[in-house]
Amino acid sequence: MAEILIRNGFVIDPTRNINGDVADIAIKDGKIVESVGASAKVIDATGKTVMAGGVDVHAHVAGPKVNVGRLMRPEDKLHKSPHAQKNYRMESGFSIPSTFKTGYDYARMGYAFVMEAAMPPLHAPHVHEEIHDTPIIDQAALPVFANNWFVFEYLRNGEIENAAAYIAWLLKATKGYGIKVVNPGGTAAWAWGLNCLTLNDPVPYFDITPAEIITGLMKTNEYLGLPHSMHIHQNDLGNPGNYEITLESLRLAEGVAAKNNFGRDTVMHSTHIQFHSYGGDSWGTFESRAREVMDYVNKQKNISIDLGCVTLDETTTMTADGPFEHHITNLNHLKWANTDVEVETAAGVVPYVYDKNIKVSGIQWAIGLEMGLYAADPMRTFITTDHPNAGPFTRYPRIIKWLMSKQAREETLASFKHTDKVIDATNIHSMDRELSLFEIAQMTRAGPAKALGLSGMFGGLSVGMDASVGIFDLNVNDMPSDPEAIEKAFARACWFIKSGEIIVKDGDIVSHGNKRTIWVKPNVAENPQVIRDIEDKFLKDYSVGSDTYQVRDYLAPNPYVIEFDVEA
Amino acid sequence: MPKWITQVGCPYCGASCDDLEVLVSDDGKRVLETRNACAIGNEIFHHAQSPSRPKLPRMRQPDGSMKEVSYDEAIDYTAKTLLAAKKPLIYGFGSTNCEGMSAVARVAEKGGAVLDNCASICHGPSFLAIFDNGYPSCTLGEAKNRADVVVFWGCNPMHAHPRHTSRYSIFPRGTFTAKGQMTRTIICVDPRETDTAKLADHHLMVKQGHDYDLFDAFRTVLRGHDIPDEVAGIPKKTILDAAKVMKNARFVMIFFGMGCTHTDGRNHNVDIAISLTRDLNAHTKASIMAMRGHYNIAGPGQVWSWQFGFPYCIDLSKGTHAHMNPGETSSIDLAMRGEIDCFVNVGTDAGAHFPIRAVEQLKKHPFITVDPNICMASEISDLHIPVRVVGVEEPGVVYRMDNVPIQFKKVVDGPEGVPSDEELFDRVYERMCELTETEPIWLLAKDHAKAATNAEQ
Repeated sequence: MAEILIRNGFVIDPTRNINGDVADIAIKDGKIVESVGASAKVIDATGKTVMAGGVDVHAHVAGPKVNVGRLMRPEDKLHKSPHAQKNYRMESGFSIPSTFKTGYDYARMGYAFVMEAAMPPLHAPHVHEEIHDTPIIDQAALPVFANNWFVFEYLRNGEIENAAAYIAWLLKATKGYGIKVVNPGGTAAWAWGLNCLTLNDPVPYFDITPAEIITGLMKTNEYLGLPHSMHIHQNDLGNPGNYEITLESLRLAEGVAAKNNFGRDTVMHSTHIQFHSYGGDSWGTFESRAREVMDYVNKQKNISIDLGCVTLDETTTMTADGPFEHHITNLNHLKWANTDVEVETAAGVVPYVYDKNIKVSGIQWAIGLEMGLYAADPMRTFITTDHPNAGPFTRYPRIIKWLMSKQAREETLASFKHTDKVIDATNIHSMDRELSLFEIAQMTRAGPAKALGLSGMFGGLSVGMDASVGIFDLNVNDMPSDPEAIEKAFARACWFIKSGEIIVKDGDIVSHGNKRTIWVKPNVAENPQVIRDIEDKFLKDYSVGSDTYQVRDYLAPNPYVIEFDVEA
Repeated sequence: MPKWITQVGCPYCGASCDDLEVLVSDDGKRVLETRNACAIGNEIFHHAQSPSRPKLPRMRQPDGSMKEVSYDEAIDYTAKTLLAAKKPLIYGFGSTNCEGMSAVARVAEKGGAVLDNCASICHGPSFLAIFDNGYPSCTLGEAKNRADVVVFWGCNPMHAHPRHTSRYSIFPRGTFTAKGQMTRTIICVDPRETDTAKLADHHLMVKQGHDYDLFDAFRTVLRGHDIPDEVAGIPKKTILDAAKVMKNARFVMIFFGMGCTHTDGRNHNVDIAISLTRDLNAHTKASIMAMRGHYNIAGPGQVWSWQFGFPYCIDLSKGTHAHMNPGETSSIDLAMRGEIDCFVNVGTDAGAHFPIRAVEQLKKHPFITVDPNICMASEISDLHIPVRVVGVEEPGVVYRMDNVPIQFKKVVDGPEGVPSDEELFDRVYERMCELTETEPIWLLAKDHAKAATNAEQ
């Protein structure tokens, strides 16, 4: 593979505490190296910012519910699809882009890795088919576990070892990455049209509560020593006053210690926390509780979060939180898709318009940004939109702009119909903090890579790391006075190099790269009870065979397998 | 010793059973026996062995006869014909795997074709309803495990999906339906007394073409309003009784078929069926599912939605972006208007299924069929290219009617030299690239399958 030398850029690498020093980055055979020969291709980055490739900790980009959204929303394509680049695949869609557009757009923004945030295990082959068709970016997928009958039964009986053996089997069977929790217990209740709105609501027929599921899965995660922590979408998402249950679930992490060999310190990743930080007792009294939640997150060092910022777009909500999507369709009366998945989970999809003329949308927008601005530790606070739920991932540059510029925030705030009401219900208007490029690099690169247990590969520019490098048109010593220039710079990288190959030049795709599917294979001791339980459930409860269920190797043709032995 | 292969997928109907067992000969070349398959599924496995199966492409000659030609020649003809055409139509895909659909999509994009599938003449109206009203559904295992009221509306699985009722909907013992059929109340809405209707506890013999009225009556009753003494030929009391059964159920499962999509009202019938499902969810849990016909006809809707954003009627002829507008870009309408100047029929039989006037229009231009077997379309084609039979000789992913991906197996080798749909269309694509002197677009280098790397621990 060719050698590349990136010269004279302002390097921002939080993993080595480098903040805008002018330096060269050398690349050889897909890795960052000390130096390269004279024949290396030289990229002049003078006056530009150089960062590691972006790492997205949570986005819905591949799989059945994403595709339901694409299928059911032709209007998401109408006048919203860009024209294809010559000799590249066609690109479709805005809030739920086609797989090709997903890969291209992430690359244009300089992202190297994206985590598909919720994989229904039964649909794992579908998820991998889509990942296969998403060019350039490395991807992994988190199977959902918190409404799974095996997990209920093992955790109810306190059988962490069996839960671990089952999860290890399932990660291998589905080529999954870690433990995703979505509305623990509530989604299983939704199979009967019910929900679990507090941590102590028992799951119908299973005699277990959300609190027990969360605690049990957190323990199982550390028993296995997985690269990523348990990744949770909490109960009671999206409702006024839910910040209390959010704090209650976060407290479950107290006293749990991370145990792994991947450099991860956290035991719980609380995702799209904007949706979980609401005060008030109705939409009329709806208000921000970002400060209360972030005060707790800031002092509780074994938790990481991502923001789930509302971007004020027409988008598509989709989640394994089935009852919530039913709730939302009753709020906005738009079309509703639902898929309950036997034994495992459910999902729903509803289009949604975050409208500047609606007070609640404005407050939600403010809450997402407040959480980022209250963050004391950007290494545990990551930028997301819960794509596409709060907005499409292509708006990350806009969020960065808002976080980096009070002026930009004030302009948006002033454009609302109910500016005063939004100001009354939030703190954003009084917040002067403007994040630095260094903090942005922590929130989009170094931080998520560490939380995912991938800090040896992504998030930094140390020698030996994966050579994924973005070069952005921003001069550290002369930052633009117009905040729009920040958004523009992050929307289209000048250059993006993925695993040592030039992918983007002047904002255009120039190669399909060498995408990898990353999955985790923990080896546990053979567990006859779990093997028997698996056979039994496939005979009785599933509508497919256990053999049919397991993802064939050819569906992930370029795998990067993180394999390790679990010490019992 | 002959060997039983288990958990084999069945390439027949949308129930996509994956519990077949197939006995293959010592040399792994012949299917001797099948277990668990329905009569039709069984026949597909045996028919694949037929010595009369074509093993080379056949090209129409000036005198009207068909002559065997090499695959290279057939591929060259297909590539050139697609490139020469202004608006080619590539249609079919009920009976192939997703790998094949993906390969065809690449060809269609290159050739500026219209890409459409059998839904266009089948569950297309359901798509229109889904675009407007969504799709509150579930997997078939949910129906098996929970549904205590099952509604079959305008569908007859006893004939069209022979094992549907035993695997998913009427007879099986599920987790919360431990007594099988005894746990379930079956409602059948059909103008005929079908074999499914005979199994029902309530058969509502709806007046033909009046499905919408009856759906509306159910919604009206569920919302607490009065209805006339008779709606759609059904007495008020019968409707009230059936509505009560649904309202008092723990889990209502509604299956609908061509009787909704191809009778008066079409997409409006499906639309209101979805609304009825939404309404029922205010009282209990309810789900709805289209009875998709072929084992992988849900596949193109999935593959093309993630590739182009649309499930069917995809016009790629603009070259820059995909465009869907059923009525304008749907196969029959395009054909009837004489807009198509090259037709490729893949894994279906447009000759048997299209209206004769549409076929007459298509026949004015090159007409190519890609299918393992002789069918009406192959016999009127200018070129017939045989391929391997998915599920028998070729593995791959298929999507069951509930959009669950099922990984089909191969049980025997295909005839020597006969490619899969995927291989065939990849070769057509490469030939098109040669002819246009362009670089082929592969997302992943083809040899990556072997390049598995392991993290160092």
